[in-house]
Amino acid sequence: MIAAVLSLTILGVFCGWLLGLAARYLRVETNPLNEELQQLLPGVNCGQCGFPGCAGAAEALASGKAPVTLCPPGGQPLVQALAAKLGVTVDAASGPPLLAHINEATCIGCAHCSPRCPTDAIIGASKQIHGVIQDACIGCGLCVEVCPTECLQLRPATLTLKTWYWPKPALSFGG
Amino acid sequence: MKLFDFWGGVHPAGHKHLSADQPIRIMPPPARLQIPLQQHTGLPALPVVKVGESVCKGQLLARGQGAVSASVHAPTSGTISAIGDFTAPHVSGLPLPTITLDSDGEDRWLDREPLPDPFALVPEQIAVHIAEAGIVGMGGANFPAALKLNKARQAKVHTLAVNGAECEPYMTCDDRLMRERAAGIVDGVRLMLYALQAPQAVIAIEDNKPDAIISMTAACHGDPQIRVVVVPSRYPAGSAKQLIQLLTGLETPAGGRGTDTGVLVHNVGTAYAVHRALRQAHPLISRIVTISGGAVAEPQNLEAPIGALVEDLLGFCGGVNGEIAKLLMGGPMMGQPLPSRQTPMVKGTNGVLALTAAEAQLTTPSPCIRCGRCVDACPMGLMPLEMSKRARHDDLDGALAFGLIDCISCGSCAYACPSHIPLVQYFEYARGALEAQERAEQKSKETRRLLEQRQARLARAEQAKVEAAAKRLAEKQRAKAAKAGVGVAA
Ligand code: SF4
Ligand code: SF4
Ligand code: SF4
Ligand code: SF4
Repeated sequence: MIAAVLSLTILGVFCGWLLGLAARYLRVETNPLNEELQQLLPGVNCGQCGFPGCAGAAEALASGKAPVTLCPPGGQPLVQALAAKLGVTVDAASGPPLLAHINEATCIGCAHCSPRCPTDAIIGASKQIHGVIQDACIGCGLCVEVCPTECLQLRPATLTLKTWYWPKPALSFGG
Repeated sequence: MKLFDFWGGVHPAGHKHLSADQPIRIMPPPARLQIPLQQHTGLPALPVVKVGESVCKGQLLARGQGAVSASVHAPTSGTISAIGDFTAPHVSGLPLPTITLDSDGEDRWLDREPLPDPFALVPEQIAVHIAEAGIVGMGGANFPAALKLNKARQAKVHTLAVNGAECEPYMTCDDRLMRERAAGIVDGVRLMLYALQAPQAVIAIEDNKPDAIISMTAACHGDPQIRVVVVPSRYPAGSAKQLIQLLTGLETPAGGRGTDTGVLVHNVGTAYAVHRALRQAHPLISRIVTISGGAVAEPQNLEAPIGALVEDLLGFCGGVNGEIAKLLMGGPMMGQPLPSRQTPMVKGTNGVLALTAAEAQLTTPSPCIRCGRCVDACPMGLMPLEMSKRARHDDLDGALAFGLIDCISCGSCAYACPSHIPLVQYFEYARGALEAQERAEQKSKETRRLLEQRQARLARAEQAKVEAAAKRLAEKQRAKAAKAGVGVAA
């Protein structure tokens, strides 16, 4: 009995030491810029950018392999923030953001969508019609993929008197 | 009284003769009124009536909610036929929550009990009555009047400036009100002074309204607290900050409020509404509105019920002649272009203009020649050409640095610009884009919080699972040990 305990303990200590050595000598150098970029990204790891999670995206950004517009959930503020960090210029204007919308007529209350939402924007219990809290939805589209009835769709956010503003005058000359 | 001067300004053609000489005509309520629940700065009012309910004239339809809001009353008697969305009197044509009232044609008042003597009340109570009557700034500011009075009393304002300057071209509703109902305005001014606990009021009128000056001077004759002051006609003399500068020589600090100078500005129409609310228990359900412009058959001023459609107003003035090149709510300098005639007038509507092509002067912009006329015209001492250039290149911070926040959107710069550059639209765009940016930043902050919250929740669930598994394991082992123990014992 004692021999068994001892041998396992020694094995454990040895493995720990090996891991410690590995951490010291085989460490991957992370770029401080990577970390900063990752701080800016939403951290949802939704994969929409085509890179393995936000860390992968940050790496691609840092090495110039991806444009600052890569992250749909981040929206325009993220584009601006990334552009500022990386010192690149982008066009500011873009359409209204996309938000998830549930068609109440066809929702079957399967509750597949709500657990996937990174911001808990979908409300509704099993066998009940679900709804999206527009203020919380970031339009990442993760819920859309799993909805079996296609009642969940991304739509441009509806304008209200609070969010509408005059468009920039379109003039035919430069200046 | 010694007058001071304000910087800049322009002299646009007045066009006031179109409507200035006809007396105010009272427009009976049309068959259907569309009464928006948000006719003021702040939160929309909450309906207190149901669809199908019949209401009396003056009855409360929706109550103001929260700190900044205003109540809405029935402009006539009839039945509530809908509570839903209806086109707002706004250039976007977007909807606002609206109560639809079908008139029964009787115009039957609610039982009213006017106060025996408002001056017997404490000042705060006057403000309460003003708030209950749903009164907002009627010069177009739309800010709840009672709130403005209360804040000014707390700020110990020393002068109430009553704005009868009416510097917008075409507009004559304040002029007619001062000519015809001077006594009511002066009574309203006295009530507001009492509510403010301020020692003096000056009524400012531009020198292009001699009849209004005569009737107002007569109405406040013998009152040591109230004086009429004649100001030169120059746009935008009727803008609060410029009026204060004219009267006191004080400039409102950048980003500050008018009351920082010790002066509170209220429109003559607001004073009249206060008089009616306290003396006749008459809530704000109608107002004087100028219907003018070359395309209107009979330009004039109407006392029209809130919620009447632009279509009805134009119809009551003999309809339109020929084609409307530009339909505006408000004056040509600061008015709101309307996409449709199917939109209601509201508490802050001072006029509806139907302009012909010749009046509207739809011009094509050309490049800036850096002539500096916009700089000379700006009453806020800004550099419109620099601000618009930055807005054009989406350099919003640059526009801010050139004083975007202080721009009062008066349109003097665009009026003066020989290249017809839509300067104000650039500023509105930049302001809107800045607000959108702020909202987006707020949202991404909120998103981060939600993400963290969710991650914490998932971690807790995971933790609970691990603990449950450990417990099960421990129990299993205990059971095993017990069995083994039994075995050993046996
Ligand atoms: S798109 Fe769907 S999953 Fe993504 S935030 Fe909106 S509701 Fe949630
Ligand atoms: S996945 Fe689709 S059908 Fe299922 S609850 Fe969500 S919205 Fe309704
Ligand atoms: S008035 Fe017009 S053309 Fe002249 S400097 Fe200003 S923006 Fe340029
Ligand atoms: S609109 Fe703004 S920038 Fe133009 S004149 Fe008026 S205050 Fe100055």
